[in-house]
Amino acid sequence: MTQPRVRPYHAPVWSERLIHELGRGGERGVILPAVEEEIKKAVGKPEALVPKKMRRREKPDLPELSQPQALRHWLRLSQMTLGMEMGIDLGVGTCTMKYSPKVNEELADMIAGVHPDQPEETIQGLLEVAWRFANVYLHEISGMDAFTFQPPGGSAGAFNDAAMMRKYHQLNGELEQRDEIITTIFSHPCDAACPATAGFKVVTLYPDEETGYPSVEALKAAVSKRTAGIFVTNPEDTGIFNEHIDEWTKIVHEVGGLCVYDQANLNSVMGVTRARDAGFDMSFFNLHKTFSSPHGSSGPGSGAVGVTEELEELLPIPVIVKTGDRYHLDYDRPKSIGRVRDFLGNLQVVVRAYAWAAALGADGLREAAEVSMINNQYLSEKMKSVPGVTKPYGGKRLDQVRWSLEKLKKDTGCGINEVNRRVIDYGIQSYFTSHHPWIVPEPFTPEPCETYRKADIDYWVAVLRRVCEEAYEDPEILKKAPHNSSIHVANTAPFDDPDRWGMSWRAYRRKMK
Amino acid sequence: MEKKSHPYIPNSVPEVKAEMLRVIGAANAEALYADMIPDHLLLKRRMNLPEPFPAEHDLRKHVAGILNKNSTCDDTLSFLGGGCWNHFVPQVCDEIAHRSEFLTAYSGGYYSDLGRFQANWEFQSLICELVGMEVSGIPTYDWGSAAGNAVRMASRLTRRNEILVPAHMSPARLSVLTNFCNPTEMPGALKINKVAYNQETGTLDLKDLRMKITGKSACVYFENPGYLGAIEDQGDEIADLAHKAGAEVVVGVDPISLGVLAPPSEYGADIVCGEVQPLGVHMTAGGGLAGFIASRDEERYVAEYPLRLISITNTIVEGEYAFGQAKYERTSYMSREKAKDWVGTTTALHGIIAAVYMSLLGPEGMKDVGEAILHKSHYAAEKLAEIKGVEARFPGFFKEFPLNVDAAGKKVRYVNKALLKRGIFGGKDISREFPELGQSALTCITEVHSKADIDRFAAELEAILR
Repeated sequence: MTQPRVRPYHAPVWSERLIHELGRGGERGVILPAVEEEIKKAVGKPEALVPKKMRRREKPDLPELSQPQALRHWLRLSQMTLGMEMGIDLGVGTCTMKYSPKVNEELADMIAGVHPDQPEETIQGLLEVAWRFANVYLHEISGMDAFTFQPPGGSAGAFNDAAMMRKYHQLNGELEQRDEIITTIFSHPCDAACPATAGFKVVTLYPDEETGYPSVEALKAAVSKRTAGIFVTNPEDTGIFNEHIDEWTKIVHEVGGLCVYDQANLNSVMGVTRARDAGFDMSFFNLHKTFSSPHGSSGPGSGAVGVTEELEELLPIPVIVKTGDRYHLDYDRPKSIGRVRDFLGNLQVVVRAYAWAAALGADGLREAAEVSMINNQYLSEKMKSVPGVTKPYGGKRLDQVRWSLEKLKKDTGCGINEVNRRVIDYGIQSYFTSHHPWIVPEPFTPEPCETYRKADIDYWVAVLRRVCEEAYEDPEILKKAPHNSSIHVANTAPFDDPDRWGMSWRAYRRKMK
Repeated sequence: MEKKSHPYIPNSVPEVKAEMLRVIGAANAEALYADMIPDHLLLKRRMNLPEPFPAEHDLRKHVAGILNKNSTCDDTLSFLGGGCWNHFVPQVCDEIAHRSEFLTAYSGGYYSDLGRFQANWEFQSLICELVGMEVSGIPTYDWGSAAGNAVRMASRLTRRNEILVPAHMSPARLSVLTNFCNPTEMPGALKINKVAYNQETGTLDLKDLRMKITGKSACVYFENPGYLGAIEDQGDEIADLAHKAGAEVVVGVDPISLGVLAPPSEYGADIVCGEVQPLGVHMTAGGGLAGFIASRDEERYVAEYPLRLISITNTIVEGEYAFGQAKYERTSYMSREKAKDWVGTTTALHGIIAAVYMSLLGPEGMKDVGEAILHKSHYAAEKLAEIKGVEARFPGFFKEFPLNVDAAGKKVRYVNKALLKRGIFGGKDISREFPELGQSALTCITEVHSKADIDRFAAELEAILR
């Protein structure tokens, strides 16, 4: 098979200074709305309105910039961000780096000026979009009965579900006894960290060497009267689907636990297989992944939660309900867990997700799932041409594969970090390695979702192949990479050194003295 | 029907898909799924969903048609606040918020996404100047979550399990905080004790604090300004009491006040948290929130942060700046259940927007916006209190105050309905949240309100109560 030629690339080099170094005394970026003279006259000096010891004595040391100077700085920083849309960002697995349609931004901006406590009759449109997305789209996609958009990120969704699990056992008088949750090591770290923050002990199951996921026997050995429930991703971060997933939920239900499905990796199975049909009680969906809302440099996102009818009364308040043709916010839910975030969550994310799903419909959603799955099979096939790469565990993968560069590392001394610093020299966004711990040595996890065309996948593989060939030819190229980036190899030692780290201009300046 | 490819899905071109399937060696998608997912778990029917809108024009018309049923605070005069506030958003903030690079980036590395890392770091730098601290991180979901993280940090630092909070904090924020503290059945639960407030001043009741603070107290948490708008002017005394008891001092702030109000570092805060939204982020029906945490640069504090902390560093080339994550093993990405709480996709974009805002306002702008809010909100309180039966509670406040209509013999619910008919969103009805304040509406006035807006509000209210 012929490989596409790798094209030269160079990132912008603005050598941009820190914002604090760019100020010039007296410049201003904006003028605030005027205060009328009558007001000043009526109220008097503003400092007199603040108790004496609460007055600010010294102005904050913020830089002073005119508007074009400030804009130029932030534009330059944006240019030195490869981001997602500029290139082929299929390397970032578990994150579903899909296209965010531009029209959805305009639609999301329509709610910019809405206050969340406006009277219900003035936000009927907003409530309708949220209600429809939940009770028409997510309901059909997942089979779950009732939803909340209050959790403002995927991990917040996991925390919400942990809080609901807590409440469920508390109401049954079993919380003291049921203090353990079970997860798997290839489930996202939030499936362990969020229940732990909620107060549960965490039991982690490790994969069977052959199948790549924990055996039914391992789960049976882990469950007991102490089991509050399970938190599992499926397909796991390896891309492997646990074929016994419905048996798992039965085993957990038999001992009185609840089952939470982390659906962050839903993209390749929309319209193919459903959380409810596998026996789950709760699930969460990352609307900034599968449902196309942009990732925003890491938020705002949305961890939409869907639950069964039985658990509906525990959902955080308020819940959006429909009565006749009116929508309203129901706060009267005595068994609710209360709130996991102020107000209603990130509804701009829900507007975008609704618009995306409405553009695709049943066939389009299924098409997106199928194409993302086929893209992954195609990428897997192409990866056979890359030297030094291996695929741990047998079998097919749905949305992504956790690959290993262990062989390359042994052969050349260059592993995933070196390769990752070199691929960006060819204009490819750095890939995602793996959450910790690294069960798969030298791991990386591309996820070629439906956004990427065949030629993108060919090109991405060509870059990876070229870089791995370089590792065999001249490992120094990789070790000194990046060569074509905005900056050169960074000194990482300060990141773990209290005497040298600097999380602000203040701290940095003090330590540089 | 002829099958068109979908604009969002390039490989939906039938010939391309067929070519890929040929390379894979599979007949179709169904065959591949059948290889990976057990038959009994496959959904063997077409999903039942409404007809799609594949044409952008039709989609826009459909969604905008629904959303146009909303009113907004742009078309209706609003006095709502209470945790999400209507402030001036400079156009440059919107411009940067919509930059493709920041909008769509996620987890690229610190070389390829250098600018994103620098922007995150500059948010930390700028917010630290406002609050008088040296460490901050990429913001979390909202003020409540930041407070939840902060009190848990204090608990780990002191190895104590009780926290003190003001009885007059936002009930919604307290509910978020409570979910962070776990029910008492659980071994690691934090017990929340409420400290009474003075109903004349809206500030903390120090007598009650003295009674409630003990050797078990991990921290005293208080807010400035508080949910009900009052400026807490006893910060130094509260901090003294807390420190003498060996507790941490956690202060929640609305940072837009910090051009005119003293930074919490000056009255003894150990950990500061608060809401980023006022700094250039649209309210977005509450979707504009973001919570920050800040502290001194001491290793023991840094070690307890759940957030991503971006540190500056240098490179092999003289004069180049680079950025990366400090003490990363704290985070749940690295340490799963052994991490400090958890971190995830939070609100990085809002942090970047706030950084743009702070760079545009500068020290003079922050002072100006604080003074404008003081001026206008106090003018409104005086003007409204002139109406018979209306009282503005608490003398020392910033931006918000409970507007009480008890003496007019009316319910806030009734007043707000009448105001809505006249094109005004009245303040938030807090008669259920704080029954001791009677029929009160938490009324918010910011720099965006003009004298004419306030006068109109006063005239309509007077007409309603007449």
